[in-house]
Amino acid sequence: MTLKVPTLAQLAVEGKKPSVVFWVGCAGSFDDRAKKITKAFVKILNKTQTDFAVLGTEETCTGDPAKRAGNEFLFQMQAQQNIATLDQYGVDKIVTTCPHCFNTLKNEYPELGGNYKVLHHTQFLKDLIKEGTLSIEGGNFKGKRITFHDPCYLGRANQVYEAPRDLIKKLDAELVEMKSCKAKGLCCGAGGAQMFKDAEQGDKEINIERTEEALDTQPDIIAAACPFCNTMMTDGIKNKEKEDSVKVMDIAELIVNANDL
Amino acid sequence: MAYLPNSIFLVLLVFSVGLFIRNLNRIRRNIHLGKAVNRTDNALLRWKNMLRVAFGQSKMVSRPIAGFLHLIVYIGFVLINIELLEIILDGLLGSHRLFAPLLGSFYNILIASFEILAFLVLLAVVFFWTRRNLVKLQRFWKPEMKGWPKSDADNILYFEIALMLLFLSMNATDALLQKAAFPNYIKAGVFPISQFLTPLFSSLSTETLVILERSFWWMHIVGIFIFLNYLYYSKHLHILLAFPNTYYANLEAKGKFVVNPHIKAEVQLMMNPEAASSETATTPPDKFGATDVFDLNWVQLMNAYSCTECGRCSSVCPANLTGKKLSPRAIMMKTRDRLEEVGKNLNQNNGKFAADGKQLLKDYISPEELWACTSCNACVEACPIEIDPLSIIMDMRQYLTLEESAAPAALNSMMSNIENNGAPWPFSNQDRLQWVNEE
Repeated sequence: MTLKVPTLAQLAVEGKKPSVVFWVGCAGSFDDRAKKITKAFVKILNKTQTDFAVLGTEETCTGDPAKRAGNEFLFQMQAQQNIATLDQYGVDKIVTTCPHCFNTLKNEYPELGGNYKVLHHTQFLKDLIKEGTLSIEGGNFKGKRITFHDPCYLGRANQVYEAPRDLIKKLDAELVEMKSCKAKGLCCGAGGAQMFKDAEQGDKEINIERTEEALDTQPDIIAAACPFCNTMMTDGIKNKEKEDSVKVMDIAELIVNANDL
Repeated sequence: MAYLPNSIFLVLLVFSVGLFIRNLNRIRRNIHLGKAVNRTDNALLRWKNMLRVAFGQSKMVSRPIAGFLHLIVYIGFVLINIELLEIILDGLLGSHRLFAPLLGSFYNILIASFEILAFLVLLAVVFFWTRRNLVKLQRFWKPEMKGWPKSDADNILYFEIALMLLFLSMNATDALLQKAAFPNYIKAGVFPISQFLTPLFSSLSTETLVILERSFWWMHIVGIFIFLNYLYYSKHLHILLAFPNTYYANLEAKGKFVVNPHIKAEVQLMMNPEAASSETATTPPDKFGATDVFDLNWVQLMNAYSCTECGRCSSVCPANLTGKKLSPRAIMMKTRDRLEEVGKNLNQNNGKFAADGKQLLKDYISPEELWACTSCNACVEACPIEIDPLSIIMDMRQYLTLEESAAPAALNSMMSNIENNGAPWPFSNQDRLQWVNEE
């Protein structure tokens, strides 16, 4: 199936403006695992005939990892550049599959002049269901145990706990919670720019700790909602040699799978 | 001679309250060494937050056992303080159980409930002590809890045990003297708990009883005066500071980190000189980020004084859980230690800080701790009184990166990737849409 992924530039030439911009994010654009999540989400957007566009080559890092690494200058340069691009196209609504992009665009851009309605893709998908544009068939997941790993920047940082869970419940699967979840969810270890460096010396990797908590629920699937969490949990599962019995999947991928898209 | 006890009492009262006020003023002065931050907006929401979190203890109960025990001690503390008012007035006026004739049978109810509360507090405190010293709950035995922090925590529990026992013994001997119709000991109060202590004293003569009753009374009130002044030197300041601490807490989404306004002005000048030139030029700060307590804002400094070292933050910190050096509790404790050091420096130098060649960053908090943070906000979420260790960590990281270019090498290459090609990895921005056509 070929994906229809218009860019804002292309639509502008036709004098059109999409109703929502899909902010793909660096991981979603370049990381092999995350690209699959991007494509899954686009499949849903195409299937529901959502009027969207991406920035394509005009998109650049939101600046989140730079800011968390202490480089406020670089963060603000990235932010100003992105705000200029978004405002040039008159963008007012953004959806993204990355909680870090979501948080930065939503919370840290307004003070720099960028005001948009920003949604995480789990919120967006829930809205599509509410509008009746999307329905989820649960067949493929009937009887499966799914545990959801809360991304810190979606959960604690922005209080979005229910949207991803509501989507999982639509799959007819059994949602099993980890010992620490929602406001108490344990980080995967990637946040705060840790994704891009080795951990400080300790006696364990954080993603292993979190993977153990996930495996304690005896899941068939670990559902993620962040490309970085996905990487960390996937690595954790490999480390535990469980990749044959436990899959790490983004919520968008679960829906694509359920609906055979 | 008749007024000697009253006079001694007055002197003790004035001295201990005076000392306490002096210490409070020092704390206030030290907190105001911090930078300004606007936390006076949205007063209604702030009051609600304080009522819910500090007064209502809403976050304490997320750990039910500790939350429940703490609630008992908290209610006990607040209510038994009503009795304290009577004790102080008795001390000043030379009266005995001043409120009894005024309140009639309500007085009996009051005294009875204070006794029951005192007993419950005793139980709770013994429970706390057991958790700390026998069960050895992990979070009370972390490296930062060695030495003074450990004995400080125990001291507070011993204080509370002693005060409650003195209160009950005072009542027990009082009840015996009432029964003996000893002059001055009017029939007042109902003693549901201390009645079990009376057999200890019932064989004693009334003269001995009077001496004992007076001794318990004095030791109890002097104990309270000492405890009041112990606060400043201990982690126990939260009983006062929890309230302003929650009132002035950050109300924004936890994911929103502070946007540095000075950098904003500079970046705007760089990216859009025409537009920015019309804006008022701000004087650039002497440095970006924080190296010492002077660079933090006053709420962060108040946080440090408010911390009661319960360690809930560190017990949920992913870095701490996996054996890294970072402990959010230690970040707060070190900030307070440095602030106290600066405060002593001010005391010794007539309020002017004499450079001591030390700072919070590196002398107290190591870069290794700072770089272990995942910015996950678990510590902030866990704190029962909304202390924010994360903001201190981020301010210090900003200094390390912007002023010393001392970020870990891998982060430096991540940042140069962003600078050069707009992504944290070395991919060309022209390839951003390649995924569309990949299989």
